[in-house]
Amino acid sequence: MFPVKELKRSFLISIWFSFLTFPIMVIKVDAIERVVSWRWENMFFIAFGSFFISILTKVYFLRKERRTGRKKVNRELTEAFMQRILREPRFLYPLSLAVLLFALLFPALFSTYQTNIMTTALMYVVLGLGLNVVVGVAGLLDLGYVAFYAVGAYSYALLNLYFDMGFWAVLPLGGLFAAFLGIMLGFPVLRLRGDYLAIVTLGFGEIIRLVLENWSAFSQGPSGIANIPRPGFFGMEMSFDSGIVYIYYIVVALVVFTIFVVNRLQDSRLGRAWLALREDEIACQAMGIDKTRTKLIAFSLGAFWAGLVGVIFAAKTTFVNPASFTFLESAIILSIVVLGGMGSIVGVIFGALILILMPEYLRALSEYRMLAFGGILVVMMVFKPDGIISNVRRSYRFKKQPAKDVIE
Amino acid sequence: MDYFIELFFVGLTRGSIYALIALGYTMVYGIIGLINFAHGEIYMIGAFTSFIVATVLSIYGFPLLAIVIVAGLAAAVWSSAYGYTIEKLAYRPLRKAPRLAPLISAIGMSIFLQNYVLLAQTSDFLPFPELIPEFDFMEPVAHIVGSSDLVILIVTTLVMLGLTFLIKFTKIGKAMRATAQDKTMAVLVGINVDRVISATFVIGSALAAIGGLLIASHVGQINFYIGFIAGIKAFTAAVLGGIGSIPGAVLGSLVLGLTESFATGYISSDYEDVFAFSLLVLILIFKPSGLLGKAETQKV
Repeated sequence: MFPVKELKRSFLISIWFSFLTFPIMVIKVDAIERVVSWRWENMFFIAFGSFFISILTKVYFLRKERRTGRKKVNRELTEAFMQRILREPRFLYPLSLAVLLFALLFPALFSTYQTNIMTTALMYVVLGLGLNVVVGVAGLLDLGYVAFYAVGAYSYALLNLYFDMGFWAVLPLGGLFAAFLGIMLGFPVLRLRGDYLAIVTLGFGEIIRLVLENWSAFSQGPSGIANIPRPGFFGMEMSFDSGIVYIYYIVVALVVFTIFVVNRLQDSRLGRAWLALREDEIACQAMGIDKTRTKLIAFSLGAFWAGLVGVIFAAKTTFVNPASFTFLESAIILSIVVLGGMGSIVGVIFGALILILMPEYLRALSEYRMLAFGGILVVMMVFKPDGIISNVRRSYRFKKQPAKDVIE
Repeated sequence: MDYFIELFFVGLTRGSIYALIALGYTMVYGIIGLINFAHGEIYMIGAFTSFIVATVLSIYGFPLLAIVIVAGLAAAVWSSAYGYTIEKLAYRPLRKAPRLAPLISAIGMSIFLQNYVLLAQTSDFLPFPELIPEFDFMEPVAHIVGSSDLVILIVTTLVMLGLTFLIKFTKIGKAMRATAQDKTMAVLVGINVDRVISATFVIGSALAAIGGLLIASHVGQINFYIGFIAGIKAFTAAVLGGIGSIPGAVLGSLVLGLTESFATGYISSDYEDVFAFSLLVLILIFKPSGLLGKAETQKV
């Protein structure tokens, strides 16, 4: 039964929240008409809402506590189960084949609208995987990732505007520009530690956006560049709908390519060097790994993917302006990586699909969706700080069962 | 020359407001090593609370002095309450989590609070009542230094002195310094670390709220988005001065405010934020731990 003490606690919590939200939720003033409206009904909602939510969380924790012993074993089992599926070729290959098949058939099964949303989500998968190399694998916290995305998008928009270059010619160029910028930025800042790096990259992202916004002669300022052509297919004319499906397939191909490269990289010499760098810089240097070079490669490689996706973004929306590249965008991409599980490819894919598709399908909630988005980020982190699918390092496990009995 | 002095005071005013917010960042960072992205939102909520209270009181015809005092107190109280609650809900459960988890939680909290105020109040710019009157004795220099600049400078100086006193000479201040130095050791000598962290959030939030009230009545309008850019600027200032260091935060804020003011005054106002961030990048390249931050030598 639910203890009375907890009821009292929940009651106090609801009083606290009523107090907390009182000025902002209850009072609304019109400074020009000079009228005050008191919205007491909001206080009522807050009080009851917080009361029930606090009871529910308490019940959740009580149950969790009661099942601790059993649950621990369970969780280990499910985790091992997930990991086994992800690792064993016997399960992994058919599974990824099925997912790929589904992805290929997606435009045939769903409407163009759905395909368009899915394209966006898949673009974020690539962005997430790119940032994952920098943050998740190499451990460099980058809060200005969106700058590279902007560079890709603007290189297509501008090269097309001034030199009339086509999508396929710019696609690698956009990636290279971004990668080059990554190296340029990387040289001075990589000797900064952790959070200093974070704020410098954040500042850098803002600088790029502000320059794009204010240098009107070059980038057409805040009004942006419109009428960017969609990608061509050997000069064929395409209808609006088939254009969307075409871009969808380009993005699917890019996702497959990215997963392949990132996956191969993680097991390579370079990938192991990144992991070592993340865990301990000094030990890593002592092992003879060139710190600067390894960091720069991580930085520029991450930037490269962002540049590629940027070009596709410009081609997809046929319009770019600086407002698409705010800090919020960087924060969302970072959330994808952390929410999905740092360093884990499958986790990042899940994270991107959830975080990008959720606000789209939450459109029914219209104005509440960003509120829900923020709230869900907090709740997810509080309940699952390691992400949805955490990356488990490869390790050998000895069977401990017989030995355990002896020790205990 | 007048123009120079005017820009100097604009920069000083701006810098002292940044300092009030930057102190919250630097104190929290010094103690739990977290970039509290929701801190800018605390400042915004402080500005909103004081706006609501001040407008309600002025509609009911209270005298100006009473309005200023009550609005300031209300802003400080409610912002502290928000800071306390946020720490408890979003950061405390993540004490032992991986390093980036609280950061994401903070970003989520920031988005949540922005939209909370947007939905509960409005997305429009709201006219903030003029709480600081034009003083008569300032008349001869009014074209260079406004009365509100003077009030802001005096209030921030007093607040800083109070904070220095609190940290240097009181029990809780001592506990805060101890926790910032070594959390485990602080626990061992009998400091309730959880309470110290809560106190840090409460103090930081109250400072941000005072900053919110001052800047809102100085600029004359507020909306739900003001916390974001102010937060980033203040955080930049804190890093500039060396994050975790309290005098550093003040120095960094003043440097940032003056740079912005002179750069916009003499070069161009379009690139105001670009100057701020370029200054940050430049200083960090040559002094990677900020102006007053201690260069940490890593022991192996």
